Amino acid sequence: MRLLIIEDDREAAAYLTKAFREAGHTVDHADDGLDGYALAREGAYDVLIVDRMLPKLDGLSLVRSLREQAIATPVLILSALGQVDDRVKGLRAGGDDYLPKPYAFSELLARTEVLARRQAGPAGTAEPTAYRVGELELDRLSHRVSRAGREIPLQPREFRLLEYLMRHAGQVVTRTMLLENVWDYHFDPQTNVIDVHVSRLRGKIDRGFERPMIHTVRGAGYVVRTEEP
Amino acid sequence: MTARTEPPRESLRARLQKIFRTTAFKLSLAYLVLFALLASVGLGYVAWNARRVLDDQIVSTIEAEINGLSEQYTAGGLRRLIAVVERRAKEPGASLYLVTTPAGEHIVGNVSRVPVGVLSSPGQYEGPYGRGAESDHAEHRAIMRVYTLAGGFRLLVGRDTEERDRLRDAIGNTFGSSLALVLVLGVVGGWFVASRVLKRVDDMTETTRTIMAGDLDGRLKVSGSGDELDRLAQNLNLMLERIGELMRGMREVSDNIAHDLKTPLTRLRNRADEALRTARTPDDLRAAIEGIVEDGDGLIRVFNALLTIARLEAGSTPEQAGTTFDAGEVAGEMAELYEALAEERGLHLRFTAEPNLPLRGNRELVGQALANLIDNAIKYGEGGAPEITVAARREGDHVTLRVADHGPGVPEAERARVLDRFVRLDAARTRPGFGLGLSLVAAVARMHGGHLSLGDNATGLIVTLTLPAAEV
Repeated sequence: MRLLIIEDDREAAAYLTKAFREAGHTVDHADDGLDGYALAREGAYDVLIVDRMLPKLDGLSLVRSLREQAIATPVLILSALGQVDDRVKGLRAGGDDYLPKPYAFSELLARTEVLARRQAGPAGTAEPTAYRVGELELDRLSHRVSRAGREIPLQPREFRLLEYLMRHAGQVVTRTMLLENVWDYHFDPQTNVIDVHVSRLRGKIDRGFERPMIHTVRGAGYVVRTEEP
Repeated sequence: MTARTEPPRESLRARLQKIFRTTAFKLSLAYLVLFALLASVGLGYVAWNARRVLDDQIVSTIEAEINGLSEQYTAGGLRRLIAVVERRAKEPGASLYLVTTPAGEHIVGNVSRVPVGVLSSPGQYEGPYGRGAESDHAEHRAIMRVYTLAGGFRLLVGRDTEERDRLRDAIGNTFGSSLALVLVLGVVGGWFVASRVLKRVDDMTETTRTIMAGDLDGRLKVSGSGDELDRLAQNLNLMLERIGELMRGMREVSDNIAHDLKTPLTRLRNRADEALRTARTPDDLRAAIEGIVEDGDGLIRVFNALLTIARLEAGSTPEQAGTTFDAGEVAGEMAELYEALAEERGLHLRFTAEPNLPLRGNRELVGQALANLIDNAIKYGEGGAPEITVAARREGDHVTLRVADHGPGVPEAERARVLDRFVRLDAARTRPGFGLGLSLVAAVARMHGGHLSLGDNATGLIVTLTLPAAEV
């Protein structure tokens, strides 16, 4: 995917550029708000990664201006301000996700890829009513899950967890992303509380099958896919 | 006024300059100049008017005399005129008279000299003249009128202007001296006011300078008069108080961070060091580096937690008002989140909540606080009955969120200490964690106007988060 990183700290920008390129993405970089705005307007990017404190034009104003120009490229806001209300402000300005500094790159990568995928889907289409990954099927309307035709009963929370994982099949989702999207809390789960939920789910989905569907990505999170990469 | 004189002492000169620069002095000076200007205009008008009235009076007296004398001349000829003039000239306070031949030769009168050409041209004239017999060369001035009588004789009648000039001088002198007095008093008054103000401002400047130099406990003097300088001083003092509080908070936090981040940093460093020394295969190295990255992530977590705590304690949460939410719901969600983990550890998590427990504040933070408490209960709750209770209740106008376990508990003496940052009791040192969980819960409680208390669960720990209930 094509990324634009708007970040004035050159060292951080260089690190991010390198890391994203190693992950197989195309990266442009702007080191102030105005340059970033110009690039974001003309370039066809999948995701913009915008630092909140930028010279010339701050991150929130930049996002607001883009949205006023009807440019809907997903924006992930990076910020040293990590309070809940800062996050709310960032999202209110038109940001799609908000990651407080300091963060782990794996977290940023996972969130960026999820945002890019959301953009790749045809605009305006509603979420599909069912997901299918290999032999695993999830019906959002009847709340039914089956693997290889065999129905698997799930608790409501397990269902939502699997739903989220399957919506982002093939993409790594982190523990914080799961807490945010499945439980609607934005804090760092200190212990492996999410892992237990995932492993319970895994017990139900993968038990009795030769190939696992839910994979752990070390130091990052989880991914649902049919095959090991 | 001092610019031309020798500078006496540098300090005095500096002081003068300072006084001149004060607003109080400049204002008094401006008022003084304005007053002097208005007074000059007023008095000038009075003087000018008085002079005009006097002049008119002189001129009409002269005209009356000329009329009278010319009548005498018409009636009795030159002889009669001379007689009348001689008589009148001797009267006290007499006017000035002079009768000459058509050629200008002196016939009779108390005027001996007039400027050349005056007598040859009839009309009114103001200027110097000489007195009859007196040999005084004092300058006399008069308003005179020359009239040509029938037969070519000239008649000059005049009045000395001395009286008028004396009045004018008197007015001028009075005005001058009073103006001088006003000026002196004004400058002195302005000076006095300016130095008083300056003294207080100087004191304030001096105090603020020592405060800026690092003495944050210094405070401005408040005279108690309640004037504008007092109010300024009071506000500055309040501001200093607040700054001091924030500084102390900051210092405490940064000291703690600096001191306590050493432990995880050292651990990370040692792991890297050990890998360098002992790792032989790429796989070993990879495993070591992964461990280091995990340690790094842990450090990031600590940082984030510390930042959250610090910001909660500094009270820098702009949207403090927050939203209204149900405490029981949040507690239920957290209990559900941790139930699986508890079961995995062989603990049963029991949750009870009364309905309708409204709280006003930050739902996320209350959730996180509860998560920390439940997390602790799971971590340290092993030993007694394998049960953890999470209960949300209403007690008076407060909502209590209680998490109880049957683990070893916390000795009463340690209960206050475990709320501090990075404090981990000996029993906990073997478990993962940084000792920030309870600090965060305490900070969340304070931010919401509540408090956190630790109690004995008769074997086990019971932690109560008490928060003021929201009005519904």
